[in-house]
Amino acid sequence: MSDMFPLIVEGALTRRRGKVLVGPVDLRLEAGGVTIVIGPNGAGKTSLLRMLHGIARLNAGRIEWACGQERAREKQAFVFQTPVMLRRSVRDNLAYPLRLGGVTRREARAQADAMAEKVGLGDALGRPATVLSGGERQKLALGRALIRSPQVLFLDEPCASLDGRAMREVEEILKTAVQDGVRLIMSTHNMGQARRLASEVLFLLGGKIHERGSTVEFFDAPKTAQARAFLNGDIVE
Amino acid sequence: MSDLWDGLSQAWILLWTLDADLVEITARSLQVTLTALAIASAIALPLGAFLAVRRFRMRRLTIAVLNALMGLPPVVVGLVVYVLLSRAGPFGVLGLLFTPTAMIIAQVIIIVPLIASIAHQALRELWSDYHDLLISLNTSHVQRMSALLWDGRRALLTASLAGFGRAIGEVGAIMIVGGNIDHHTRVLTTAIALETGKGDFALALALGFILIGLAIAVNLAIHWLTRTEQEGRW
Repeated sequence: MSDMFPLIVEGALTRRRGKVLVGPVDLRLEAGGVTIVIGPNGAGKTSLLRMLHGIARLNAGRIEWACGQERAREKQAFVFQTPVMLRRSVRDNLAYPLRLGGVTRREARAQADAMAEKVGLGDALGRPATVLSGGERQKLALGRALIRSPQVLFLDEPCASLDGRAMREVEEILKTAVQDGVRLIMSTHNMGQARRLASEVLFLLGGKIHERGSTVEFFDAPKTAQARAFLNGDIVE
Repeated sequence: MSDLWDGLSQAWILLWTLDADLVEITARSLQVTLTALAIASAIALPLGAFLAVRRFRMRRLTIAVLNALMGLPPVVVGLVVYVLLSRAGPFGVLGLLFTPTAMIIAQVIIIVPLIASIAHQALRELWSDYHDLLISLNTSHVQRMSALLWDGRRALLTASLAGFGRAIGEVGAIMIVGGNIDHHTRVLTTAIALETGKGDFALALALGFILIGLAIAVNLAIHWLTRTEQEGRW
């Protein structure tokens, strides 16, 4: 059972060059499940994830993990919309987070090989990461994020620009991670994916959480007109 | 034109016969330049990474000054090092003036800004790619710099080779601090200057061709050793 939760967010706000990207946000997240963040372009989905993860500066409010900030950073990982590939082999990309943590080169490589098999990159271990296809890159990014056994995994539209097959493979990896006890907090534009994966939905609009509910509640009976319009495919601002 | 042909044929004869003086000054050129390159790279590459990763007050000014110092006049460097190492200077007691060590010091001062600037340009772009990931992984500044230096090693090789090119062809500073003393501080460039002054253009050209050949050979050797082209896909 994760000791990171509850995550308590009070009045959290982040801005850039004077413009508020997201916030103020009040939120309480409990352990377990998959929280999907949806909303129109520019709603602040990416900024919310970055703020919760701690890579966007918090300009106001507070974000409190139950285990404390320092320990929380060690127990979470982030998968970016455009995967960042280190200019190394697939194996060395996977081993890198372990090496940072002081794991020996030999042990890190053994764990990297096992993770590569798990995410379907067992045949690509020696290949440079920069020559992988989009789907393979995203799987590598997922493997690299999962290799330190995080308790929380943030994903920023991990399946954007992936074809159906690659998306299915990524979703399988995510479902396995959830079964292993990883808490997912993920943004997506894909409503089908949100329905398949989410246990609860945060609907963002104008940098604020406009509506929150369980997957069934949100998709079957959205409370606000904007959420209904968004689900109907209307333009929402 | 005949001087050029004479120079080429004399260069060939010097190489073919492994002329003792030629071997000596070539070896000294390589020793001085490669030592200076190793020291300068050890200073400049981490400096380039530091400037790419860290944000601090006066950072922009530091980068601007470093870029400006790429055009540092070697003669001025030679003069400053001469003053520092001369008997009346603060480091005169070390007795380094007119030694290969003084030549190395001058070359290091000349090529550090060049290597650091090129390294900084290359690593700045790599840092913009890696920034989010390395921050997310909660890396220390040293770990970030290490990642950039390792993954950017091929671009950094170019930076170091640029430094090598500048150092091996340098004459003004090492003439002043080395003194072009036969069997002691004479290197290819100072020997070329000397032979040109004596009017022996053929020998000067021969040495010049050997210098160019040496620079190309070292570049090729480093590329081959680091397998730049085979793994150029990085």
